[in-house]
Amino acid sequence: MKRTLYDKLVDAHKVCDLPDGDMLIYVDFHIMNEYTSPQAFSGLDVKKLKVWRPEAHLAVIDHVNATKSAEHHDAASQLLIENLEANCTKHDIAFYGLGDKRQGIEHVVVPEQGLVSPGMLIACGDSHTTTYGAFGALGFGIGTSEVEHVLATQTLRYKRLKTMLVEIEGDTAPSVTAKDIIMKVVQVVGAGGANGFAVEFAGPAILAQSMSGRMTICNMAVELGARAALISADEQAWRMSDGRPHGGKFRFDNEEWVSDEGAEFDAVVKISATDIAPLVSWGTSPDQSVPIDGHVPEFDDGKPAKEMAALRRAIDYMGLEAGQAVNSIAIDSAFIGSCTNSRIEDLRAAAKILKNRKVAAGVNAIIVPGSTLTRMQAEAEGLDVIFTDAGFDWRPESGCSMCLAMNNDIAMDGERIASSTNRNFEGRQGRGARTHLMSPAMVAAAAISGRLADVRDFQTEAE
Amino acid sequence: MPKLVTGLAAPLPLSNVDTDVIMPKRFLITITREGLAEGTFADLRIDDTGANRPDFVLNKDPWNEATVLVVGDNFGCGSSREHAVWGLNQLGITAIIGTSFAGIFYDNARKNGLTLPIVTPEAHATLMELASGDKGVDILIDIEQLKITAGDFSAPFQMDAATQSSLIKGEDDTLDSLNYSDNIRAYENTLSDAMRVSVLK
Ligand code: SF4
Repeated sequence: MKRTLYDKLVDAHKVCDLPDGDMLIYVDFHIMNEYTSPQAFSGLDVKKLKVWRPEAHLAVIDHVNATKSAEHHDAASQLLIENLEANCTKHDIAFYGLGDKRQGIEHVVVPEQGLVSPGMLIACGDSHTTTYGAFGALGFGIGTSEVEHVLATQTLRYKRLKTMLVEIEGDTAPSVTAKDIIMKVVQVVGAGGANGFAVEFAGPAILAQSMSGRMTICNMAVELGARAALISADEQAWRMSDGRPHGGKFRFDNEEWVSDEGAEFDAVVKISATDIAPLVSWGTSPDQSVPIDGHVPEFDDGKPAKEMAALRRAIDYMGLEAGQAVNSIAIDSAFIGSCTNSRIEDLRAAAKILKNRKVAAGVNAIIVPGSTLTRMQAEAEGLDVIFTDAGFDWRPESGCSMCLAMNNDIAMDGERIASSTNRNFEGRQGRGARTHLMSPAMVAAAAISGRLADVRDFQTEAE
Repeated sequence: MPKLVTGLAAPLPLSNVDTDVIMPKRFLITITREGLAEGTFADLRIDDTGANRPDFVLNKDPWNEATVLVVGDNFGCGSSREHAVWGLNQLGITAIIGTSFAGIFYDNARKNGLTLPIVTPEAHATLMELASGDKGVDILIDIEQLKITAGDFSAPFQMDAATQSSLIKGEDDTLDSLNYSDNIRAYENTLSDAMRVSVLK
């Protein structure tokens, strides 16, 4: 039978069927952070259970740590950090904490260390674990009870998802980035449009992306509700771990990690690459986006009452006018960071726009490299100088920072941020904060302009 | 665990209510599962001064007694934080009726005995209307029969068999799965050395 990549991954990891319709699947590798794991470890203690295979887990500090310096910014965060380290010591689990060069945002650290390879199954108590689909690996987010389950059994209870193929037809324009592609997909499929699905991305525009771009795409697939995102494993995916600390240590070559020619999907979505332009979000859900030369939606579209109410609420929260041109929206802050867009390629793209330019007066611009090693690489390339010369605050420590503002990088009520992150939810970057999602290069363009701006204007000038 | 869930239902028609809204991050800086009732819907429920917002449904009579929510599409999207489910439980919510839920939230709910019936858009519209009436409406959810009753109205709901039996039995999944330790070891024996991940310390 012809099988999709998703089906091959599930089949290869199935341990056994369970009587109630679930199956047990084997988790090759499990990643933990400091805020979704504590109660899982206490669950083990209460039930007097051991960790099944300690060497198959990694714990990283990233969500609550400060990025201005390695000092703890409050006692509660310090407790979370120390708690995770103590749990790892007790259970003999690898721990990349503050001061360790390998530390950073979990989904940046894992590929950087060469810890992901085609054909693996990876779980993590974080929804953006879909990132690993970029390698033809099955990665998905789990809750804390499931973290406990995987620690104790190295497996999860699992229900096979439906499959969706998202095919980007044709080639994108040179100014279109991976972030624009995935924001377009979220816009078309809708937030929640892929609930219950594993999504495979295909088409030349997808395979033309670097591994970094593919990770951006799979990372944000969770914003359409996908529980898993996949891209077929090609030569580039197989070679990504070459020369990295874990490179050559693992190889899951029991299958060819691509969908069989002619394999059937439960749903197929086709998007023409020529319909994709640099995008920005205007609202409070990641599917509320428009091209940078577009407008905030009008109220009088003859939409159902429920949709109108949601539209009104989003526009009100964002402090915008219906029909307003998005490139007229003035910003207070610019943020480059997060597991979606803080890898070295993202920093290079932003630096290219910022070179010999200055951040507009009054704009608070922050950049938090995704990992300590990414920061060191960027500094070796002189990117930090470009950022600081332009007026960006180049942070010496890595972490999630203002992506979810669990540390002390919190936006103020009403503060408007051009952000390279993945979620523009109400209150995400701070209570009352207004987030506009876009690519790192577009954040750079906005920072220079003091308002949302078209990156193409800067690219033409430069060429 | 109960096979029947009953309670007064409150309407919360917003779509895409994400787990940042259900449990704002400032309540996540904790190593226990306790004390999360206070954080649940905090920014919708409470204003800057700490007073209840009069316009939020759970602050209004009769819904301040509600234990069931009728919610908009794609409830529970966003972050995987199970704190959202713990907080809903601690606030006294026992069931949430909607047309679709985000996957991780759905699984987290199951692990904590929170019932999430999925109904058709038509049944959802009727339940939303009933719940929005002056006196609200008492709802009965029969997990065994997969049926919701509210006054004279009744409708089937959808729930996968594993979630249904887990809610009814209320077993601990971790302990139950360890009954399959032999299967897990047998699977591990099929893995080549290159397929056994070992993370450098
Ligand atoms: S960077 Fe943001 S989205 Fe990514 S893991 Fe951290 S908080 Fe989550």
